[in-house]
Amino acid sequence: MSATVPVAYYLVLAAVLFSVGIAAFLIKRNVISIFMSIELMLNAVNLTFVAFAHMWHQVQGQIFVFFVMVVAAAEAAVGLAIIIAIFRTRQTLNVDQINLMKS
Amino acid sequence: MPTSYLWLIPLLPFAGFLMNGTIGRKLPRTLVAAVALIFTAIPAAMVAWLWATMKAAGFPESITVICKPFGYDWIAITGFRVDFAFTVDHLTLIMLGVVTGVGFLIHVYSAGYMAHEDGYWRFFAYLNLFMFFMSVLVLADSFLLLFVGWEGVGLASYLLIGFYFKKDSAANAGKKAFIVNRIGDFGFLLAMFLIVAHFGSLTFSQVFSAISANPDWHGGILTAIALLLVVGAAGKSAQIPLYIWLPDAMEGPTPVSALIHAATMVTAGIYMVARCHTLFDRSPYALGVVAIIGAATAIFAACIGMVQHDIKRVLAYSTVSQLGYMFLACGVGAYTAGIFHLLTHAFFKALLFLAAGSVIHALSGEQDMRKMGGLRTKIPITFWTMTMGVFAIAGIPPLAGFFSKDEILYQAFISPNPIGKVLWAVGLITAGMTSFYMFRLWFKTFFGESHVEEAPHDSHDAHAAAHSHGVHESPWIMLGPLVILAILSIIGGWVGVPVALGGHNEIEHFLDPVFISGTAEAATTAVSHGLELTLAAVSVLTAVVGFFIAFAFYYKKPGTAAAIAQKSPALYRLVENKFFVDEIYGAIFVTPLLMFSRAILGGLIDSGLVNGSGALAGATTRGLSHVTRRIQSGNIRSYAGWLALGAAAVLVVMVFGRFWVR
Repeated sequence: MSATVPVAYYLVLAAVLFSVGIAAFLIKRNVISIFMSIELMLNAVNLTFVAFAHMWHQVQGQIFVFFVMVVAAAEAAVGLAIIIAIFRTRQTLNVDQINLMKS
Repeated sequence: MPTSYLWLIPLLPFAGFLMNGTIGRKLPRTLVAAVALIFTAIPAAMVAWLWATMKAAGFPESITVICKPFGYDWIAITGFRVDFAFTVDHLTLIMLGVVTGVGFLIHVYSAGYMAHEDGYWRFFAYLNLFMFFMSVLVLADSFLLLFVGWEGVGLASYLLIGFYFKKDSAANAGKKAFIVNRIGDFGFLLAMFLIVAHFGSLTFSQVFSAISANPDWHGGILTAIALLLVVGAAGKSAQIPLYIWLPDAMEGPTPVSALIHAATMVTAGIYMVARCHTLFDRSPYALGVVAIIGAATAIFAACIGMVQHDIKRVLAYSTVSQLGYMFLACGVGAYTAGIFHLLTHAFFKALLFLAAGSVIHALSGEQDMRKMGGLRTKIPITFWTMTMGVFAIAGIPPLAGFFSKDEILYQAFISPNPIGKVLWAVGLITAGMTSFYMFRLWFKTFFGESHVEEAPHDSHDAHAAAHSHGVHESPWIMLGPLVILAILSIIGGWVGVPVALGGHNEIEHFLDPVFISGTAEAATTAVSHGLELTLAAVSVLTAVVGFFIAFAFYYKKPGTAAAIAQKSPALYRLVENKFFVDEIYGAIFVTPLLMFSRAILGGLIDSGLVNGSGALAGATTRGLSHVTRRIQSGNIRSYAGWLALGAAAVLVVMVFGRFWVR
C-alpha cells in the first residue's frame, strides 16, 4: 500500500471515458454504437464511484456500482430487444431514418 | 309614528325591489303585483301616520334621524363627516305625501295596465326601486344623500324608459335621458365640491346655518354654487337647455310617464331649489337665472305642445312647461307657490297621463290623436276623469291648477324683480297656450267624428299586440286611481285658497317655517287683494279664451287649424319639428363628439394604442418563438448535445464560479 495510484488518475480516466462516450453518442448513427457509448458513460461513472469509495474507505460507492450494473444489464436486455424489433420492422439501425414521430 | 322607524319608508320599497328583482320571474303575476303594492302601501300609510304624529306634536320644525347601519358611520373623515341621516320637515312631508301617495295609486294602476305585458316582475321591481330612491331623495338631510337619491331615480328612470328595450327608439330614449341627466349631475357635483371647499360640510342644516349666520354674505361664491345647482336642477327637471330628454322619455310605459316623468322625479329639481332657498335668496343673480329659465321653458314647451299629435307628447311638453312655471315661482322667491304647484301638478298631471294611458289602452296601443275622436261615450269614466284633469291644468276655478298657477302669476307680478312684469306676461300667455293645447287634446280625443281604425296597425306602444278587440273601457283597477286622482285634482287646490278669495292659504302657513326668509317679502306686499283678484280674473279669462280657440278650431270647424297651418307652412314646420333643437344639438354637440370619439378615441387611442400594444405583444412573442422553436427539432442527438453542453456549463460554473463571485 506504499504507492497507490492517486485518485486523480482514476478521475481523469473516468472523465476521458465519459467524454468519449458523449462524443460517440453524438456522432454515431448506428443504434448499437449509441447503446455502447451509453454503457461507456455508465462505466465511467462507475469508475468514479469506486475511486471515491476507495478514497474515503466507504462501501456505499461500491454498492452503487452494483446497482448501476444491474440496471445497465436490465437496460441492455430491454434495449437490445427494442433494437431487434426496430431492425425487423425497418430493416435499418440508422437513427436518422428512425424518425416516424417527427412531423 | 315613532320617528326612529323613519328609515322604513325608503327601505320597504327597496325590499320589494329585491324580492321582485331576484325571484319575481318565477312568481305568479298576482303575487308580483301584491308584493309591489304592499311594499308601497305601507310607506304611504306610514307617511300618513308620520303626518298625524307631527301634527300632534305641533309640527316641530324638523326631525332628524341618523341611521347607522350595523352601528357604522357612513362617511367620517377627520374634519368632515356625512351621516346617513333623514330629516323630516314641512317641505319633506309634502314631498313624501306626493311620492308615496301618488306613487301608490300609480302602482295600483300599473297592476292593471301592465297585465298583458312581458317582464311584469321587472317593471314592478324597477318601480319599487324608483320609490326607494325617491324617498331617499326627499328625506335626505345632506347634499350627498340627496345626490344618492338623485342618481338613483335617474337610474330607475333610465331602466323604465328603456323598458321595451327591444325597440331601438326606447333604448335610445333611455340613453338620451341618462346622458343629458349626467350633464346636469356634473353641475350638481361641482356645486357639492364648492360647498365642501367653502363650508366643510354637506349637511343642509350646517351649510344653511353658516349662511344665515352671515347676513351680509351675498353673491360671489354663493352665486357660483347656486348656478351650478341650477344646472343640476335643469337637467333633472327638464328645463332649457337640458329639457330635450323628457319628451323622448315617453317611450316608457304610460304609468312610468305619470309617476316619474310628471309627478315625482322631474320635480326633484324644484324640490332641490326650494330646499336650498337659503342659498338662492342670497344670490339675486342666480334667482333671476332660475326665473328666466323657468319662464322661457314654460312658453317654449307650450309652443311645441300646441302642434304635437302624439297624446303622450302633448302631455310631455305640457309637463316641461308646467315645470317651467315651478322654476319661475322659485326664481321670484315664491317657493311656497312653486311647491304648491308641484303638489297640484302631481295630481292633475298624473291623472292626465293615467287617463291618456287608459285611452291608449282602450284603443289597443294607438297614441296618435289624429286617429282618435268621439271617444266621449265609449269610455265615459276615462272621459270624465280626464276632463277634470284638463280643466284643472287649464286653470279653471275652482280646480287645483287655478289656485297654484294664479299664486305663481301673482307672485311674479308683485315680485321686486325688475323683469317681474315680463315674467308675469310670459306666464299669462303660457297659461292661455296651456288651456288651448289641453282643450285641443280634449276635443280631438273625445269629441267629433271617430277616426279610430279598427285593425290596430303598427302601434307605438308594445301594448297593442296582446289584446286587440274593439274600443273598451279599462278595468276598475285602472279606473280607481283615476277617480281618486280626479277628486284630488278638484279639491287639491283648496289647501291654498288665497286670502283674497276668502281662503286661508293653509299651505303657505304650513310651509312658513321652511321658507320664512322667502315668504317674508311676499307677506309684506301681499296686501292688495284687489290686485290679486284682478290678476286672477285676467288669467281665468285667458284660460277661457284658450278654451274657445280650441273649441273653434277643433270642434266647430275641425279644418281650421290645418288651414292656418297651411298659411304659414314654414312656421308650422318649425314648431312641429320642435324648433329643430334636437337637430341643432346633434350638429353642435353630438356630431363633433362622435367625430372626436371615432377619430381620436376610436382610431388613435383604441385602434392605435390599445390594439397596437396588443398586436405588438403578440408579434414579439411570435417572433421570439419563431427563433426558439428551432431548438425543439425532434433530433435526439441535438437534444443530447444540448444536454452535454448544459452539463459542461454547469461544471464550468461549479469549478470556476467562485472566481467570479467575489
